[in-house]
Amino acid sequence: MFDAKTIYMIVEGIGDTLYMTLLSTLLGYVVGLPLGITLYVTAPDGLKPNKFIYRVIDFFCNIIRSIPFLILLILLIPITRAIVGQSYGSTATIVPLVICAAPYIARVVETALNEVDKGVIEAAKAMGASTFQIITKVLLVEARISLISGATITTGILLGYSAMSGTVGGGGLGDIAVRYGYYRWQTDIMIVTVVLLIVIFQIIQNVGTRLALRLDHRKR
Amino acid sequence: MSAIRLEHLTKKYEVDGQTVVALDDVSLSIDSGEIYGIIGMSGAGKSTLVRSVNFIEKPTEGRVLIDDVELAGLSEGELRKKRSEIGMIFQSFNLLEQRNVLSNVCFPLEIAGVKKKEAKEKARKLLKMVGLEDKEKAYPSQLSGGQKQRVAIARALATNPEILLCDEATSALDPKTTDSILALLKDINSRLGITIAVITHQMSVVKKICDRVAVIDKGRLVEEDTVEKLFETGEILEIFNNSGLAAAGGE
Repeated sequence: MFDAKTIYMIVEGIGDTLYMTLLSTLLGYVVGLPLGITLYVTAPDGLKPNKFIYRVIDFFCNIIRSIPFLILLILLIPITRAIVGQSYGSTATIVPLVICAAPYIARVVETALNEVDKGVIEAAKAMGASTFQIITKVLLVEARISLISGATITTGILLGYSAMSGTVGGGGLGDIAVRYGYYRWQTDIMIVTVVLLIVIFQIIQNVGTRLALRLDHRKR
Repeated sequence: MSAIRLEHLTKKYEVDGQTVVALDDVSLSIDSGEIYGIIGMSGAGKSTLVRSVNFIEKPTEGRVLIDDVELAGLSEGELRKKRSEIGMIFQSFNLLEQRNVLSNVCFPLEIAGVKKKEAKEKARKLLKMVGLEDKEKAYPSQLSGGQKQRVAIARALATNPEILLCDEATSALDPKTTDSILALLKDINSRLGITIAVITHQMSVVKKICDRVAVIDKGRLVEEDTVEKLFETGEILEIFNNSGLAAAGGE
C-alpha cells in the first residue's frame, strides 16, 4: 500500500516522536523535579517555609501553564533559535516541550509529595533527620508510586504535544500527519500515524502502570 | 537526676488571627529511669507537650532541658543529634510503607550514618527483642497494628536512646494488644533503664505501667503525683470528672 520511501519516512517519524517525547520528559524532570521539591519544601506548611521562593516559583509555574502549548511554541521561537540554532525540526521542538513540561512536572511532583503521610515525616524529624535526608530518604521513596504515575501522565501529554508541534514543522509523526494527511489529503497516511501514536501511548501507559504496581509495597 | 525537665512551658498558636494557648505555664520533671504518664483529653495539649520534649514544636516561652542541656541553646545540627538520642513512637505507627520491617528499623541508623552491615545486625537484635525476628522481610501493610507498633518500638530503640516518648502509642490498638505493648514497654524500661514518657487519654494505661502521672487539662498541669496516690484517694476520678475526662478515660 505504501512505497519504501513512505515507510522509511514513517519509521523515521516514530524515531523522532520517541526522541522528542522521551528527551523532553527527561529534561523536563531535570528542571521540574527540583522545582517541585522546592515548592513542597518552601510551602507555608512545608519543611522550610519561605514565602518569597514559593511565590516566585508558584507564579512562574502558573504563568507558563496558562499559555496554550501551540502559542508557547510560537512565542518561544527566538529562544529556541538561540539555543538550538534553528526553530524547526525535532531537536528544536524539545526546547518549548521542556519549558512547557517543567512547571507541569513541578506541580505533579508537589502533589505527589503532599500525599506522603505527615506523621512519617514527623517520625523522621524525631529521629534527627535533616531536611535533605527527609527529601531523599523519606519523601521521594514514599511518594515514588505517585511520582511514577505522574511521570507516565506527563510522558503521555508530551507525546501529544510533540505531535501538535507538527503544525509548525516540529518533526515526528504529528508533522507527517499534518503534511500528508492535512495538506495533501492523504488520509491513509494520517490514519497510520494516528494508530502509531495510539500504540506508543498505550505502551507508555502500560509500562508506567506496571512499574508502579511492581514497586508498590503498600497493598499486597 | 531528671532526664527531662520542662520549665514554664507555654505554647501559643495563631489560628485565623486568634491566639490559641495549647500549653499554659507547664512545669514538670521526669526522673531518669521512670515511666511517667501524661494524661488528658483530646485537645488538652499533651501532644504539643510531648513534641516540645524533642523540640519538634518549639515552645513560645519556657525551657526544655534534656539531661540538663537546654534545647533552645543548641545549633540545628546539635539538636538533630539530641533528637536521635530520644526515641519516639506514635498512635499511627508512622512506619515507612515502602520499606520492609528490617529496613524500617535500620532507618534511624542510616540517618545517623551507621554502616549498613552494623545497622542490620543491630536491627535484627531489636526485632528479636520485640518478638518479630521472623518478619524482617515483611512490609508494614502486611502487619497487624500490634506488630506495627512493635516495629516502631524497635525502630525507636535503634539509636540506643535514653528516653522514649510514646504519643498515644496504644490508642489505635485493641485492649489485648494494648496490654502486650504495655508489657513490652515495661520490660524495656526495666531491662534497659530507658526513661519513658507516656502520653495517653486512657486511665488504664497510666494505671498499668506508670510510676508518676501528670494530668493536663486545657493546656495546664492540674495535678501531678504518683499513680498509687492518685488512684488510692480517688482523686484522679474527681479531676477527671471535673475536666470531662471520665468518658474518655473509663474502660
